[in-house]
Order: sequence, then C-alpha cells, then structure tokens
Amino acid sequence: MGARVRIPTPLRRFTGGAEEVSADGVTIAAVVDNLEQRHPGLKERLCDEAGKVRRFVNIFVNGDDIRFLNNLETTIKDGDEVSIVPAIAGG
Amino acid sequence: MSNVTGLTCRECGQEYPIAPLHVCEMCFGPLEVIYDYESIRKQISRRLIESRAPSLWRYRELLPVNGEPQVGLHSGFTPLVKADRLAAHLGVKELYVKDDSVNHPTFSYKDRVVSVAISKAIEFGFDTVSCASTGNLANSVSAHAARAGLRCLIFIPADLEQGKIIGSTIYGPRAVGIRGNYDDVNRLCSEIADKYGWAFVNINLRPYYTEGAKTYGFEIAEQLGWRLPQHVIVPTAGGTILPKVAKAFEEMKKVGLIDDPHTPKIYTAQAAGCAPVIHALHKGSDLIVPVKPNTIAKSIAIGNPADGYYVLRAVRDSGGWGEAVTDQEIVEAIQLLAQTEGIFTEPAGGTTVAVAKKLIEQGRIPRNESIVISITGNGYKTIEAVMGHVNQPFTINARLQDFDALYQSLAAPAASPVPAAELH
Repeated sequence: MGARVRIPTPLRRFTGGAEEVSADGVTIAAVVDNLEQRHPGLKERLCDEAGKVRRFVNIFVNGDDIRFLNNLETTIKDGDEVSIVPAIAGG
Repeated sequence: MSNVTGLTCRECGQEYPIAPLHVCEMCFGPLEVIYDYESIRKQISRRLIESRAPSLWRYRELLPVNGEPQVGLHSGFTPLVKADRLAAHLGVKELYVKDDSVNHPTFSYKDRVVSVAISKAIEFGFDTVSCASTGNLANSVSAHAARAGLRCLIFIPADLEQGKIIGSTIYGPRAVGIRGNYDDVNRLCSEIADKYGWAFVNINLRPYYTEGAKTYGFEIAEQLGWRLPQHVIVPTAGGTILPKVAKAFEEMKKVGLIDDPHTPKIYTAQAAGCAPVIHALHKGSDLIVPVKPNTIAKSIAIGNPADGYYVLRAVRDSGGWGEAVTDQEIVEAIQLLAQTEGIFTEPAGGTTVAVAKKLIEQGRIPRNESIVISITGNGYKTIEAVMGHVNQPFTINARLQDFDALYQSLAAPAASPVPAAELH
C-alpha cells in the first residue's frame, strides 16, 4: 500500500524505467524520502540543497498542486496518486 | 550550416544535444538553444535581412532551424502601428502598437512560435504534432499542421470561447476539451507527451518553440529603423514572450544589428484575476505562488506560469515594472484601442493597453519617451468578452422614413467616440 507515484520520463532511469512506483509516507516530504530510499538519486532531482521542491518541479496529489494544499506537509492517504510534472510553457 | 551548437539548461548549465528534449535531467530546469554568435555576426547584416521576404524567417540565422523553413512562410512581420490617437488619449508623445492581431495565418503571436516548432518537428521526423493550449496556440498548430500535412491533436480547456474552439476545429485536428483550467490541461499533456511521443510544440519542442517569440522583438527594432524603443509592455501568461523579447534586443546588439547601447525597460501585464507574476514582482519575491485563474482574459489565464521566474528576471534586469488590471478595465481598454486605432484585440491585448495606461498614470512610464504596446491576439475570436459592453445595431424596416425617424431621434453622432485631443 502507500501512494502511487507517477514518474516523468527524465526521472525513469532512477526507477528502472517504471512509469509508476509506490512509496510510503503520511506526507509528501515522507513520500519523497521513501522514494529516495527505494530509488537513490531521486530526491536530489526533486528538491534543492535546502530540501525545498525545485523551482521547475510541480507535484500534484490526485490532480491538485501541492502549493494549493500544504506543500511538502500535504497529507497522503493510502492509494493517493502523486504526480511529478515538469513545468510546461504557455499556450 | 546550422548556427545552433546544442541545448543547455538555463539553471545548471548542463549541456544536451539538439533533440526533442525540454527538461534538464539534473534539475528540471528548462533547456535553451545555444548559438554560435561569432559565426552569426559574420553572416548577418541589416541589408541581408531587408532583402528577404517580410516574414519572421528574415531573421533565420537567429532561429534554431537547419536549412529551409518548412512552415510559416507568411507568418510574422506584422505592422508596427504609430498610434497617435491612442497616444493623445493617454497623454504620451511617441506610442506604437506591435500588432500581432493580424499575424498570418491564425491572428495571434503564436504563429511565430509554431512556425519554428513545426519546422523543427518536420526536421526531427515527427508525423504528429500536438499542444496544450488556451486557444490561440491550438488555432496556430492546427492551421500549420494542416498546411504541412501532419496529423494533429490539440488539448484545450473545455470552456473556451467559441471563436477559439472553431478556430481550431475548422482545420481538422483531433480536438480534446478538458474539464478544468489550462493548468489542468498542461498537467495532463505532460503525461500524454511522455506516453505517446508526439511533437508537443510547447512541451518536448519548447526550446525551439520559445525561440520563435524573439522575432516579435527583432521586428520592433527593425521597424523602428534599427533602434530600440525605451519602453515595451508585454502581456504575461506562461511567460514565453517577455523574456524572449528581452533576449531579441540583446542578440541584435551582440551580432551587430543594433548600435544603440541602451536597454529597453520591459513591463509585464496581467489580469487581476490571474496575476501570479505581478504578485511576486510587487512583493519583491522570486517565488511565483500559483493561483486559480478567474478572468475573462482566458488566453493569459495561466495560474502556474512555467517561465514566470524568467519574466521577473527580465523585467527587473531591464529596470521595468508591471501591473494587473481588472476585467472591467480590460474591456474598456479593448474598446479604447478599437476606437482610437481601429484595432480589435482580445482580452490579453486589452490587458496590455490597460496596464500601459495605468503605468503612464502612475508615472512609471514617462510621457515623453518611446513606448511600444504588444498586441498579441485578435478580438474577433473572443466576441463573448465584449458582447454585453458594446452597442447592438438599431433594427428598422427598409424604408427611408423609418431611418429619418430613427436619425432624428438620435443625437448627432460624434465623429469619433474618443476625441483625439491634439495629434502630433
């Protein structure tokens, strides 16, 4: 159980090519730490040295941007879908 | 023969080969095309540019394509209108409107970025092009794809104006309306782009696509007689065009097309109902906090602007500023531009005109210096935005006495709804 995490192409080399992986944790911060344990190297791609989500990384929980929720402290339930999405130009 | 040597991450400097890539694998920063400016400087000249057809491809040395451009042969080189009646109304001396409401073939600035992106898609060998769009981009991708004989899928918010929807579907793409706002469309398209591997002009072709926006700046300078304006007001949605206009001015100096050493001040314009960049600018912050858009200016209703950070940087580096305006001010400004200059723009253009007015009234933009207002889209696509605010025609029978009676009942109409104080 845990969250289902959607992995974008540039990060799939950390997940052995998997598009979706699972990770445990009651908050996004904990999910990110758990991802790092299971797929070493991932956290550095998502977070800067201070541990904050990088400027061009968007994280969504069930389709909602975590910046509209509680950022890294956003609560995660079993089965939630977490998406990691690079920023996209306008249109 | 290409002047492009590779791609580089704007954040960490990691380099990549020329490929349909858009995100740095190290830090997720956006990738930017690297040019060999030394070589371009030797190839390019004002005379060479002036000898070419009036399209955005006259600046091809500074665009990331190899060989002959594939599409958009009539895109760009839109009018730079000396806007004396609007200038008189705003109380300024030298005002121009760079008018992409008449860009070919789909009446918005997007024909620039799409011309470059689809030329690049063809070079890369894609047979399917796609985009996430607030409307104008989908119109342009659909039209250029039809002309190039490519398969096309477009993704838009389901609640767009009819003009923007039909303005895509007429060209025969597969159109998908998403329940949600543009930011929802974007998130979905990011995953679709990953999965299906099409040429998404604003996703995996983004480094090439965004370069097309520079041509808006190149043209302003050329049309001013190879000089730079002092002030430029540009609308901000995702944040593509503003930093690229700044880059255009810098490149023209770098390759010797412009001698003028001054840097134009650049101002960002947003609708109050979607102003994440203005909030950060006014707070003095680098952090763009996303918003949920709520404005009639749907073409610039992007709550999570990918390049917002670079807009802030370009504005601050230039010594410019920015403002947000209400939907009411936007509608009034659409009418003002139409009734002084005969140019009908969409709410994004109304936003830019209203913000220009506000910045002039605030004294941020001096009244005696040269100013360019960027009009990036066409009002005929967004009739809904002004529908309740303009007069409907009087309806009479086809009889002279009916008209006589009507005419007598009306006060004699003014020559112009907006008097032109003193024209210079």
